[in-house]
Amino acid sequence: MKPSRDQKIWMYEQMHTSRYFEECIEKIYMEGKSPAFNMAKGPIPGEMHLSNGQEPCAVGVCAHLSADDIVTSTHRPHHVAIAKGVDLNRMTAEIFGKKTGLSGGRGGHMHIFDAKVNFSCSGIIAQGMGPAVGAALSRHMQNKPGVAVAFLGEGAANQGAFHESLNLAAVWKLPVIFVVEDNAWGISVAKSASTAIEHNDARAAAYGIPGHFIPGNDPLAIFDIAGEAIERARRGEGPTLIEIETYRLAGHFMGDAEGYRPKGEKEALFARDPIPKMRQQLLDDEDWSDAQDQELVARTHARVDAAIQFARDSEYPAPEEAMEKVFV
Amino acid sequence: MSEPICLLEAVNLALARSLQDDPEVILFGEDIGHNGGVFRATDGLAHRFGAHRVVDTPLAETMIAGTAVGMATQGLRPVVEIQFMGFIFPAFEQLICHAARMRHRTRGRLSCPMVLRAPFGGGIHAPEHHSESTEALLAHIPGLRVVIPSSPARAYGLLLGAIHSDDPVIFLEPKRIYRASRTLVEDNGAALPIDRCFTLREGSDLTLIGFGAMIPECLDAAEQLAERGIDCEVIDVASLNPIDYDTLLASVAKTGRAVIVHEAPGKGGVGADISAVLGEQLWGQLRAPIIRVTGLDTVMPYYRNEMHYLPGVSDILDAVNKSLEAGRDEILQATGSG
Repeated sequence: MKPSRDQKIWMYEQMHTSRYFEECIEKIYMEGKSPAFNMAKGPIPGEMHLSNGQEPCAVGVCAHLSADDIVTSTHRPHHVAIAKGVDLNRMTAEIFGKKTGLSGGRGGHMHIFDAKVNFSCSGIIAQGMGPAVGAALSRHMQNKPGVAVAFLGEGAANQGAFHESLNLAAVWKLPVIFVVEDNAWGISVAKSASTAIEHNDARAAAYGIPGHFIPGNDPLAIFDIAGEAIERARRGEGPTLIEIETYRLAGHFMGDAEGYRPKGEKEALFARDPIPKMRQQLLDDEDWSDAQDQELVARTHARVDAAIQFARDSEYPAPEEAMEKVFV
Repeated sequence: MSEPICLLEAVNLALARSLQDDPEVILFGEDIGHNGGVFRATDGLAHRFGAHRVVDTPLAETMIAGTAVGMATQGLRPVVEIQFMGFIFPAFEQLICHAARMRHRTRGRLSCPMVLRAPFGGGIHAPEHHSESTEALLAHIPGLRVVIPSSPARAYGLLLGAIHSDDPVIFLEPKRIYRASRTLVEDNGAALPIDRCFTLREGSDLTLIGFGAMIPECLDAAEQLAERGIDCEVIDVASLNPIDYDTLLASVAKTGRAVIVHEAPGKGGVGADISAVLGEQLWGQLRAPIIRVTGLDTVMPYYRNEMHYLPGVSDILDAVNKSLEAGRDEILQATGSG
């Protein structure tokens, strides 16, 4: 399956948006956290897991989804949320803990829920998988269209929930796609030290479902394989497991000293940054000019800047709101 | 329903009523379909409503709970059976981190209307993970309702209330009294409120507070005490989260004495919390220390010692006597006639 020119530009634009968004978040996150790094300080306290480098996974998959389709993401959710069409202003406000956030400033960056586009995420690894299976089951039982996609990291593939979810989805042939973003590191532990096999797509065989490994962090290859898997699910032929080789350009979380990385690894990853690569592909293969590129970059920057301004300008929730919405 | 039914049959009746009235209700769990559940709570329902409404799942509780969360946030009302409460622990991640927080975390934009039923408690001569009472672990969690019936009528009405609720509800069924008594239960689809206590017997001398399988014990004790001229109020807590403190406080303000009974270990138990709140709110009005009658602070023993562990009528009577004596000493001291 090959993307049209418009689809390529859409993917490129989402990757740019996500990257610039995270560059801004990274700067704002560090406000008030120096000279001594203190996680509790600044306009965005708490943990921050950046997804820069992993944008191809999000756009290659979400290019095939509509608002009706369901996505569950992880503790590293920004790229997927942006590609799924989550309201950027309200997502940004949520990350700042503001009242106008998607969850009224209750959730933060690991708990982004946008019911309008059926997006959710979980800070606990592999635990978006069961809900994705349940959401797919719900659509199936109610004869409603829509597939579910569960994103997870390669570390999550060693959780029991991974295997339980794959098994049930396979037994009932549910319209769900499991997308493993393999960024090679489970926090600080290398995949080879935690996982018994090289690529998790092999685990699909244990459940009698198709498995694919996509090397190279390549949005076009991801578009191709994910498109086939999603079409297959829409035809009622059941789940697919996809593992994507991707790059975590940042640490596990901001403040991570990354002492576990071999020397030179990060430089090598940045040399393979998928965004400049896709820009070059567009210029080489499509009707795409420098001027158009600059216009796209300016557009995405303006959108992100506006979202950040919206978040900064918004109010914090009142303390007593913490007691609301516990029960009906 | 013209024949008297037991608590287990009342559960079945409420499930059947829900399947009939609400197409969004899906039963989901291990051996609940063809087999009708290990205790027969779903007996005949798969046959009557179809395997697409009464669904047998793999033996995988993490996935069962996770799938239920996904179903509940996408328009269905899953009613999950966990075969024994001792099998619930793999489901905790989903219950605590996802189901319980969905409403709060999304500022009410999403809710998680799921019910998780599990038989709990001792008294059937089974090993510890088939007999324990870990309700306090769940009642501790904001956003998770915990409801426990103690009679066929309350099982029917409370289960309907749980299924109608837009909150996630843990519905714990005291298996020791699944078949203990039979009463007429009208299958009228009427739910009982799941945030209220039930005052089962009015009295003025002392309040006996319990839930689940301890309620018949409390009622027996109250009956025996009545013969001695001691007039006990008996309250079934029924909802462990949130707890209807209005009813409990009004009763104990009236009687001045409370004995709290549950079969879970005392330490960190629901009784400790109730005792603390009563003490905080009614300081000065209590006529005796609040006394708890609970299981022992140990692992549920194997069947030969089970009855040694479980509180019974004689333990309740001892506690009541202690409470009444404490009050009498005070009166004797106050009047200087000791």
